[in-house]
Amino acid sequence: MKVVIMGCGRVGARLASLLEQDGHSVTIIDNDSYSFRRLAPDFKGTALIGNGIDEDVLRSAGIEEADAFIALTQGDNRNVMASQIAKHIFNVPRAVCRIYDPLRRDMYAELGIETISPTTIFAQILREKLESQGD
Amino acid sequence: MYVIVVGGGRVGYYLAKALLDEGHEVLILEKAAAIASIVSDELGSICVRGDGCEATTLASVGTNRADMLIAVTGDDEDNLVACQVAKHMFNVPRTVARIRNPKNENIFKTLGIDVIVNTTNLILESIEEEVPTHTLTHLRDIRDKGLGIVEVKIPPDAPTIGKPIRELSLPEGSVLSLVIRKARKPIVPSGATILEAEDQIIAVTSHESEEALRAALSGQ
Repeated sequence: MKVVIMGCGRVGARLASLLEQDGHSVTIIDNDSYSFRRLAPDFKGTALIGNGIDEDVLRSAGIEEADAFIALTQGDNRNVMASQIAKHIFNVPRAVCRIYDPLRRDMYAELGIETISPTTIFAQILREKLESQGD
Repeated sequence: MYVIVVGGGRVGYYLAKALLDEGHEVLILEKAAAIASIVSDELGSICVRGDGCEATTLASVGTNRADMLIAVTGDDEDNLVACQVAKHMFNVPRTVARIRNPKNENIFKTLGIDVIVNTTNLILESIEEEVPTHTLTHLRDIRDKGLGIVEVKIPPDAPTIGKPIRELSLPEGSVLSLVIRKARKPIVPSGATILEAEDQIIAVTSHESEEALRAALSGQ
């Protein structure tokens, strides 16, 4: 599978390594080259400097042949815009997007973007942890 | 009309002011506390501090009864999301987004924004008009039709001067609408109209034919 990841933060860099270990071809985009320090030293994919909401940057990242696009920057709006470009302009089969705001997540899920809200998931995990007896 | 303006910067501020003067009900949403308080001081209590991309904020200002939402922050992606949330969660009938990156025009159109205002191109067009070396200037785009109104100025040394319009090979998809001559009434040109130096020709043309139109009229 060919995967394009936007945002080389902790999650993006780690995901890039994991996918690569599974044999996928990974291109990761970030607008700050300093972020690429987070990539594993043996990362063999492509690290591309640029703004992921720019069509031309996405094109040079190989979005036209990509099987999946994942948006993981700190900005919810940047993530949804990039995912919609991937899905509706470049027809990438899967566009996955991190959205911190749970309400916005619900709306974009309805609009056909695969969305994950770490806010909801993490709050849920914490609740389960605190309320579980035994450990 | 109830109009919500997202972004209280210079564009948002003056837009709100103009809308208020026209008698509309206006509300500005501004994320930054400092800017929100300046706008409130100057325009009265029409500015609410909050993120116009958040559904909770939009709900609290009665977005479901808004006739229009205009997003004019400095970030294209924020303007896109504010319009999409307004449209899909609050059924706002008309959404307007400002874009700064001209490349985003098509993307926003594809994603369902009703009106897109491309401020970078507007500035470029106004400057273009003032640069005398340009034979062709863009006066206005005709929305959604792929057409534009342009002005072509016939250069003083153009080989087309003295020729009737019917002898020029004008591109298909271009219509000459008006000829403006110094100190004379503007005329609607016919095939027999003879070009003079410094004629200003107003034409409607498709974007693709623009260059061919300029070349046909100026003979260069």
